[in-house]
Amino acid sequence: MESLLSLFVKSIFIDNMVFAYFLGMCSYLAVSKNVKTALGLGVAVTFVLVVTLPINYLLETLVLREGALKWVSPELASLDLSFLSFILFIAVIAAIVQLVEMIVEKFSPSLYSALGIFLPLIAVNCAIMGGSLFMQQRNFTGISEATVYAFGSGIGWLLAIVGLAAIREKMAYCKVPDALRGLGITLITVSLMAMAFMCFSGLKI
Amino acid sequence: MAEIKNNPLLTPLNLNNPITVQVLGICSALAVTSKLQPALVMGLSVTVIVAFANVIISLIRDTIPNRIRIIVQLVVVATLVTIVSEVLKAYAYDVSLQLSVYVGLIITNCILMGRLEAFAMSNGPWASFLDGIGNGLGYAGILVAVGFVRELFGSGALFGFKIIPQSLYDAGYMNNGLMIMPPMALLLLACIVWYHRSKEKSLQEN
Repeated sequence: MESLLSLFVKSIFIDNMVFAYFLGMCSYLAVSKNVKTALGLGVAVTFVLVVTLPINYLLETLVLREGALKWVSPELASLDLSFLSFILFIAVIAAIVQLVEMIVEKFSPSLYSALGIFLPLIAVNCAIMGGSLFMQQRNFTGISEATVYAFGSGIGWLLAIVGLAAIREKMAYCKVPDALRGLGITLITVSLMAMAFMCFSGLKI
Repeated sequence: MAEIKNNPLLTPLNLNNPITVQVLGICSALAVTSKLQPALVMGLSVTVIVAFANVIISLIRDTIPNRIRIIVQLVVVATLVTIVSEVLKAYAYDVSLQLSVYVGLIITNCILMGRLEAFAMSNGPWASFLDGIGNGLGYAGILVAVGFVRELFGSGALFGFKIIPQSLYDAGYMNNGLMIMPPMALLLLACIVWYHRSKEKSLQEN
């Protein structure tokens, strides 16, 4: 239990998807103009992460890993299908995103129109794919660990995008040099936020 | 002028650069640039993948049903990335370790989807190929520039060879440890964007 909590805190603050690994940057920079939309996208990303990561974890341990197919028949024990992982992971993600898109469209049309093109683009949000690939790399010991990791990274991403959106809302009233307006000043802001998040490294529970 | 403007090979290098202007593919651009070598390998891999994904999608674009085009594109890209990843593991194992998950993340690199959607779906194979090469090189150029500065000041080396002489270290010079950390990548990219936009006034936002 304690290790799960530690993993949770670690994936939010220390291994933050945005500030430590730069995952999901494209939509992070593009949708962070106001807090409400940013919150919506953050929640959507967290949800998709929490759903896809455990599925991909099962896929990895029961099908793809070397010797994982032993439960089907002993002859398959030497099979290593991990070269297929990219294709299978992205297929799972794309399918889940399609599902989320339909659900959001049905229950919250205003959020649907606010997210616009970025909802289908969650499928190609690196944070989602990155979560699955990190899961593969880190050899989590159980599905609960994978789920907690997914939830933590999602919350970390949400925190990062809402923070940036809040800063950018205030920054709209600032006089920024012409050439820095837009992308330039946003990158500098993110860089400063990343430096602030570096303080968390070494944090232990 | 109009001729240069529509050239699919050359505009992405400057006026329509995938990173600084289209704001695509920033994730991997920042993560792999703490050293020059992985930056270069990453740039080349992306160039190859964009070019061939563009050609394939452009060849089959009339047969893809509109509803499922994103999944079709993802499968084509994922296949190409798998091939590149296996090649890297076979011939450049050290680099593939350094790139770790970021090779797999080329699948979700926005440059690919962006170019497939914006260009390959509506242009012929040859133009799409040129567009892919151009965008890949535009991307690689930024990666190499950021990687160059970060490795030179962060570890005093280029491609792993010491550049800054030992005598300078003896005189009190120190490597800038912050350069290797993630925030500096963002800051350097911001500087590149700043420089680029102050040269090309037409790109400035209001």
